[in-house]
Amino acid sequence: MSSAPALSRREFARWIWRQLTSMRTALLLLLLLALVAIPGSLVPQLSVDARAVEAYRMAHPGLAPWFDRLGVFHTYTSVWFSAVYLLLMTSLVGCFVPRSLDYVRALRARPPKAPKNFDRLAAFDRFDVDGDAPVDVMAIIERAQRELGRARVDVVERDGVVELSAESGQLREFGNLLFHVAVVGVLIGVAVGALFGYRGSAIVTEGDDFSNVLTQYDDFASGALFAPESLPPFALHLDAVDARFQLTGPQRGAPRYFAARGTWSTGTSGGHEKPFKIRVNHPLKVGRTSVFLIGQGYAPVFKVTDAHGTVVFEDAVPFLPADGTYTSSGVVKVPDARPQGLGFQGFFLPTAISTGKHEAPVSAFPAAANPFVGLFVFRGDLGMNGGRPQSVFVLDKSRMKQIKLGDGTPFRVSLTPRQIADLPGGDEIQFVGLRQYARLQISSTPLAAVPLGAIWLGVLGLVISLSVRPRRTWVRAKRSSADGRSRTVVEIAALDRVRSGSGLTDHVRRLARAIKGEEDE
Amino acid sequence: MTAESLAQASNYLIAAATVILALAFVAHVAEWALSKRVAGDSDRATSSEIAAGIGRSVTTLAWGILLASVVSRGLAAHRVPWGNMYEFGCAGVLLLLTAYLVLVRRWGSTIDWAGAAVTGFGTTVLGASMLVYVPAGPLVPALHSYWLVIHVFAAMLAGSGFTLGAILSIAHLLKMRNEDSLVRLPSTARLDELAFRVNAFAFPIWTFAALIAGPIWAQHAWGRYWGWDPKEVWAFITWVVYAGYLHARATAGWKGRAAAILCLLGFATFLFNFIGVNLFVGGLHSYAK
Repeated sequence: MSSAPALSRREFARWIWRQLTSMRTALLLLLLLALVAIPGSLVPQLSVDARAVEAYRMAHPGLAPWFDRLGVFHTYTSVWFSAVYLLLMTSLVGCFVPRSLDYVRALRARPPKAPKNFDRLAAFDRFDVDGDAPVDVMAIIERAQRELGRARVDVVERDGVVELSAESGQLREFGNLLFHVAVVGVLIGVAVGALFGYRGSAIVTEGDDFSNVLTQYDDFASGALFAPESLPPFALHLDAVDARFQLTGPQRGAPRYFAARGTWSTGTSGGHEKPFKIRVNHPLKVGRTSVFLIGQGYAPVFKVTDAHGTVVFEDAVPFLPADGTYTSSGVVKVPDARPQGLGFQGFFLPTAISTGKHEAPVSAFPAAANPFVGLFVFRGDLGMNGGRPQSVFVLDKSRMKQIKLGDGTPFRVSLTPRQIADLPGGDEIQFVGLRQYARLQISSTPLAAVPLGAIWLGVLGLVISLSVRPRRTWVRAKRSSADGRSRTVVEIAALDRVRSGSGLTDHVRRLARAIKGEEDE
Repeated sequence: MTAESLAQASNYLIAAATVILALAFVAHVAEWALSKRVAGDSDRATSSEIAAGIGRSVTTLAWGILLASVVSRGLAAHRVPWGNMYEFGCAGVLLLLTAYLVLVRRWGSTIDWAGAAVTGFGTTVLGASMLVYVPAGPLVPALHSYWLVIHVFAAMLAGSGFTLGAILSIAHLLKMRNEDSLVRLPSTARLDELAFRVNAFAFPIWTFAALIAGPIWAQHAWGRYWGWDPKEVWAFITWVVYAGYLHARATAGWKGRAAAILCLLGFATFLFNFIGVNLFVGGLHSYAK
């Protein structure tokens, strides 16, 4: 047992609450939030680029399992990141709710009474105002009031002494509170958007159709409250992909223009067809859903004929670009070839150039000036009958055997358009032609206007709270008849509630001049 | 003039601006060296003032040449001249010099001591920008948007504010060690206030650049307003640290020294976002080259 008096549970909870809602804790939580956001920027994230995560796992086999356990690959939905920002939110709400109540109370309250001794305040002045004729104290107070303008003013008269108390710049606290409410508003807006929103992407080849149903997506992510039935029904037909690249100069090969053209209609089939042209930065809008062009590439068309002379495959196969010259990799899966399934894995070069007799060609330019395909060939079971979903870009070679030449080197097929290659075993593959594909992203973020509006309010609150200066001013005027002569003595004092420079003294000087009836210099 | 000759002119002007700014830096260093020796000696004080005057005139000259360079770069490329890391560096220094020269006119002796720091930093950034030089030309399709004008300009403007804030905070920390040293600097209280005013100007602009203009553009270009791209993450971190700085100035125990350190930390995250994320991290915002 400890000797210190034990806190009751209620007291302890209060203590925790007071700690959590203190400025210091809020500040530490804010800095902690910055700190815990860092890992997600240095380690690839599943939600951003799942393939990069896969590559990272391969490259760091020792580290990756730990990152998996800690959730580093999904930093921004991890327990620790969520814990910090939820604590911060709690602290923020716990801070601004009582402050809002205080603020409303302060707005209704009278400005604070004048202190006894003005000369202790940051800015202070005392002077007589009588010239030839005595000046009425109320006239002095009226002049001061006119000079103070929009401040809230309270005037008290007691025993011939008139005191004016003024408070200005209460808007500062309003801006402060507005900013904090806005931050919470942004987070609520983002959360709602994430709960009901969805985002998916699909590769659509020239000449093909896409209809907006779940099965047509290559990848799809949605919020917890999203209902798949709520996908708006529409269909599009892709006519062509336009890709232009810089032809000359030092930036030769740099992308210049991408567009996907075609027609679309509402409803999953039929309906009135309208033309579309999607460019980067210019999505196609279908209600609250938008269709974006987020990538494009090449889909060589292959025709595979097996040893019996049967055409077992004829289709365009999208290859994924790996660099700026569109050196792309891909696989062709022919499970229907007899007697055994066929698989091809290799690369595509849009503008192949030879680098030497025994060297593999490389791509010199991203546009398709001299298309070339190089493929390795595998035979066996492609593993496509198990019902397990397979990536179209990965060949499951666990039950396949690579075809090799007599000397043990891998057999390779090299093809330019319309060329045919014979495979050992009597099959043949033809590089029929070339099509392009568009990678389309279809997404909907409901209520995006809520966080946007909230953050605008936040900036407004911020500007108010950083520019308005809360200030208290007091003026005291009384008749004095010391030295046998009757005078009107005026005292002015002012106090800024945030640190300030010379502004306060200027304020008092201006007020004094106004009371004396002097013109501004 | 043709696009090529404009681009060529821009390159020569950048080189000239860098050299002239370096000369301004030398003049400002001389200003410090001469003023430091004897505080009471009037002859010395005069030569220091002469050096300061030269520094300011030469800085103004460098500013003019840099302006000409940035404008001709924009004319050569037929777009706003802040489309990649090189251009961001050059245009950013132009804004920094503009802000500094405007403040010298408005605040006078409370800021003109910063000449050495501003010209030194500016020369470094201009020199380093040469390392990521890209010939003038059109941009990748993702940047074909008027948001490039708004979003990147706001980020540069906030960045030049943060730079001045960091210089003021460093001066604040130096002066804190001994209030009587470095007589040319204003008092710590004044430095603290100036740093706050500069950062209070830059922070709402940064909020606009990173959390309003950026997300709106991202929504148009990538179909999501926030996607934790490395650049976005670090922009957010910078925002959070500067929010912490503004908070710290109102929190007991964090005023003064701790607040100044937070300001420098915030500036470090901004620099890392510009240099580290562009060159080493990658992501959707990789327009370094």
